[in-house]
Amino acid sequence: MADLAIDPRMELNPPLVQGGMTYADVTEKVAAITEQAPPKQWYIALAISMLLAGVLFASLGYLVATGIGVWGNNSPVGWGWDITNFVWWIGIGHAGTLISAILFLFRQRWRTSINRAAEAMTLFAVACAGIYPLFHTGRPWRAAYWLFPMPNEALNMWQNFRSPLMWDVFAVSTYATVSALFWYVGLIPDLATLRDRAKTRIRQVIFGIMSFGWRGGARQWRHYELAYLLLAGLSTPLVLSVHSIVSFDFATSVIPGWHTTIFPPYFVAGAIFSGFAMVVTLMVGARYLYNLQDLITIKHLENMCKVMLATGMMVGFAYGTEFFIAWYSANPFERYAFVNRAFGPYWWAYWSMIICNVVSPQFFWFKRFRTSIPVMFVLSIFINIGMWFERFVIIATSLHRDFLPSSWGYFSPTIIDISTFVGTMGLFMTLFLLFLRFLPAIAISEVKGVLHQQINDQKGMAH
Amino acid sequence: MATLDRILDRLPLPAFLKPEEQGKHYGVIGDFDTPEDLLRAIRTARTAGYSRMDAYTPFPIHGIDEALGEGRSPLGRIVIVCGLLGLSLAILLQWWTGAVDYKLVIAGKPLFAFEPSVPIMFELSVLLSAFGAVLGMLALNKLPQYYHPAFNYSKWAGATNDRFLLVIEATDPKFNAEEAIKFLNATGSRHSELVEA
Repeated sequence: MADLAIDPRMELNPPLVQGGMTYADVTEKVAAITEQAPPKQWYIALAISMLLAGVLFASLGYLVATGIGVWGNNSPVGWGWDITNFVWWIGIGHAGTLISAILFLFRQRWRTSINRAAEAMTLFAVACAGIYPLFHTGRPWRAAYWLFPMPNEALNMWQNFRSPLMWDVFAVSTYATVSALFWYVGLIPDLATLRDRAKTRIRQVIFGIMSFGWRGGARQWRHYELAYLLLAGLSTPLVLSVHSIVSFDFATSVIPGWHTTIFPPYFVAGAIFSGFAMVVTLMVGARYLYNLQDLITIKHLENMCKVMLATGMMVGFAYGTEFFIAWYSANPFERYAFVNRAFGPYWWAYWSMIICNVVSPQFFWFKRFRTSIPVMFVLSIFINIGMWFERFVIIATSLHRDFLPSSWGYFSPTIIDISTFVGTMGLFMTLFLLFLRFLPAIAISEVKGVLHQQINDQKGMAH
Repeated sequence: MATLDRILDRLPLPAFLKPEEQGKHYGVIGDFDTPEDLLRAIRTARTAGYSRMDAYTPFPIHGIDEALGEGRSPLGRIVIVCGLLGLSLAILLQWWTGAVDYKLVIAGKPLFAFEPSVPIMFELSVLLSAFGAVLGMLALNKLPQYYHPAFNYSKWAGATNDRFLLVIEATDPKFNAEEAIKFLNATGSRHSELVEA
């Protein structure tokens, strides 16, 4: 291996699987996590997360028992933290689909070590997002026939399909379903691996049922690979459509600050930006918790920092464009909305957003910062905070100054707003920690495919 | 058990729920170290005249379909049919609910138009296509299938870990257990064995 290390091609392109691992080592490393008792830190993290998830359920129970008034939403700010959090969580999910689908189509081999966990993150983030519109209806058990076209006695009418809110219902529920299918299809061969190395009967039966009796036959792989490719091809336009449609909720209205055509691409770039930040936050943690340095290498993390830099620049460019268009439109309401956004009562939220989203990713121009784990961890948290502020700024600043000054207001969150938001983080972390513990967090069969190519490349170089 | 089998045979069940009809033996399975060894063995076996074979590998190996003489998967056609079904369903749903069953007048706009119907048309096409891709893949692979004779191979666990298995099936017209074992050993198999059906 020593002579390979000085090969200039290896310097530029370090191997994606390190530590001279074999196929069996990959299986052992990933599968063992699900078979051993977890480290002490895992229990501590799970206890905190479950406590916060409990806070979520208590808050939601209180909301249902009392009414929507327990949140700070009121005229004129009818959409407050609930929609902010909904958009934020949905956005976070986007990185998972980008990694699993778009990077797959672009044949980015570095995606393989992180795609499984990123897809799981997508599912959990979408589950957290779904809570907000569901509970904003106030009567979640009735939401099904308000949101979905189900014939019923209570309303005796149909939804307005010309409303972007209905498009949103279809976009988000399709996104959640397709992400779950994609994730599960990816899991099938790895569940079969867990079944075949199970030491107890109960594990063998559970993973046997979950893997559908997968054998990895050549004929099976042929259909499987095509199904995976098709799902990637379907998810790629889907992920771009979801945040575009979420942005239509705002863009199709006539509120100054919302009524802009830049929203769909700007929302999608922001979603990927925040999602990658969340993947970095989680991967740094998982890598530390389970010693996955040979599989989730610095190269993987550095590539994610580059994506954050690129999407951060796009988001920054969109902030500038919005201001330019507001001035160029010569519409006094539009101009006012943007001056008020930066220098009005929410100036602190606006400048927090600029510092977190535009200034902080600039550190990633330097390789030293892109490859430093503490730096990327801190910056990824900054970006997550910044992207939350972006949604809050868009929603609150555009609504709080209504057309008539007599209906101006100022949004303040209530304690239940805060406890619900903190609670969704608890739910998200609980689900993610359980996933890390019980399912293969790294796509075993895909990493072996990458390893196979790597072995062949090294053979080629040796000649 | 024989009665149960007879009842199962009469029921109009889908094929994956019935035990597959086969001879006493599934075939001979050989165990190879690397994907390259496996591919070489498949090519040699085809030259030797074997035609009914399958390979079990922990990850998909490129070139194995050609070596085994498999064509393209028909899954793409299934998915496009499902996608078109989703598209038609979305048009029908939005047109019938808004313009026929309950005329909903909003700001004097047309009761049905294509422009505002596009997002849901797209979403339902993707949704049904994705179900088509997953369920189609499972059906083509005859999954779920909880019993398969390949699992009887004594070193089966390697197939989902780091071994590359080749089976010469008993249904092969040229099949002879002893010869097949000898053949697989000669092509580099570490452990060849006759597997019960």
